Amino acid sequence: MDWDFIIISSVKIVCAVVALLTMVAYSVLVERKVSAFIQDRVGPNRTAPPLVAAIPVIGPFLVRLGIFQPLADGLKFILKEDFTPSHVRKIYFWLAPAVAMVPAFLTIAVIPFGSTLGKQNMVIADLNVGILYSFGIVSLAVYGIVLAGWASNSKYPFYGGIRSSAQMISYEIAMGMSVVPVFMMVGHLNLSEVIQAQADGGWFVWRSPMTFLSFVIFLIAAFAETNRLPFDMPECETELVGGYHTEYSSMKFALFFLGEYAAMIAVSSLMVVLFFGGWTLPFFGLNQPAESLGMGLLHIAIFLGKMLFFMVVFIWVRWMIPRFRYDQLMDMGWKRFVPLALANIVLTAVWMWWMA
Amino acid sequence: MLVKRAKLSWLERLYFPALLGGLKITWRHFARTLFKKAVTMEYPEQRHQLPAGYRGAPYLVKDPDGNTKCVSCQLCEFVCPPKAIKIIPPGPDGQPPDRANAEKMPREFEINMLRCIFCGFCQEVCPEEAIFLKEDYSLVGLTRGEMIYNKEKLLQLGGTHHGPIKKWEQKLREARAQEAFPVKQG
Repeated sequence: MDWDFIIISSVKIVCAVVALLTMVAYSVLVERKVSAFIQDRVGPNRTAPPLVAAIPVIGPFLVRLGIFQPLADGLKFILKEDFTPSHVRKIYFWLAPAVAMVPAFLTIAVIPFGSTLGKQNMVIADLNVGILYSFGIVSLAVYGIVLAGWASNSKYPFYGGIRSSAQMISYEIAMGMSVVPVFMMVGHLNLSEVIQAQADGGWFVWRSPMTFLSFVIFLIAAFAETNRLPFDMPECETELVGGYHTEYSSMKFALFFLGEYAAMIAVSSLMVVLFFGGWTLPFFGLNQPAESLGMGLLHIAIFLGKMLFFMVVFIWVRWMIPRFRYDQLMDMGWKRFVPLALANIVLTAVWMWWMA
Repeated sequence: MLVKRAKLSWLERLYFPALLGGLKITWRHFARTLFKKAVTMEYPEQRHQLPAGYRGAPYLVKDPDGNTKCVSCQLCEFVCPPKAIKIIPPGPDGQPPDRANAEKMPREFEINMLRCIFCGFCQEVCPEEAIFLKEDYSLVGLTRGEMIYNKEKLLQLGGTHHGPIKKWEQKLREARAQEAFPVKQG
């Protein structure tokens, strides 16, 4: 353990967390804009800080785009009264938002978000058990929601917590099993190795029908894991008021909000790494680790671009599909995706044995 | 009544047709808003085209000579359902009216715009055509006191009314011709 490693890792962590928080803030803006456009509205277009808005041409354009809206939103959350109802279990009530948010942030530790920059690998922790780590951490997210639902000590949050525990645990199984074929083909659990394998042999989405099926199951399970709309049982407004965060206000609510979007980003990144070749592109020699600084930055940009694509998919689907009924959700998880993922594993094993 | 649940085909049970349909609809709306125009009317910059006869806030009007038309009869005050109008008559030794031959005009005329319901009864009941519902629908103020409009403000906002009926000119001519009662010379 030398000082270089500690300093460089700290810098990487700070950069990654800052970037993640910025992306969370702006994905909320994208969500609002996309939803507005799908519903024939204009979305946020008024927030104008005095000096910036006075810049000719660019200023008004940025204001119309709503670029400053996340700042106003954040300020609003900070300035609001942080209200703790008298009937809650205080310690757990305060703990829950943190528990809900932290796992989403921890997941990015193992994600290789670029090749190299200078001599440094663009991954915070190049674990050999990367995928196991990220699944372990992602499954912690359910505790935040369950804890919030239980600590609120009122019926709708409680229903939300119960639903989310059932839903997330069910879909974790499908999600975990869906990626097994990928790792059988790679022969390694390290995410950087997964990207290397895709750089050499093509992205896993297209490589074989089995991995394509893996991707489909993973994508759907990801919606359930992040509580996004076709499966947002834990907070469905029409039935449960606000679900698990009904009793929360101000910054504590904002932490759940951040957690949800950070989880979306984490899952999008996982999807990009596992199925869409991470920071690689199969032309212009972009699938080799970067030699120059510019190439390194380009790789990071490629990764972010792919990730943003999946964020838009997440957001778009929310405004496209109505919510599933709870029994349909469980039915799909246990009776369709779990057997399908299992069959997929067996099929891949047979195919690999046949090819060998 | 029993509603039979439709039996779905295997393709429908895969949800794919529904997904594609949803994508088509959302994309259509998204593209239309992006490349053409949203249905939103961006309010403070764009305003409604108000139809003729629109009932906005009630204001007092002046006649073409610039005189106050209101004669302080208080009919509008009595008819006003939310009691938004308050008129203080001049009293026996109050200020004489602007207009020749008119008996009196209000010392003070207040409309509480927070109470007003824009019903138009005051306009309907006014024998002098002195109060009209104008086209203002967005009234703003920083305090409640600011929203009580006094006579001066109401007259200023109301402007001049150019109506075909000039009741008091006619009356003045008649009175002069008959010399029926002493007429104040305008």
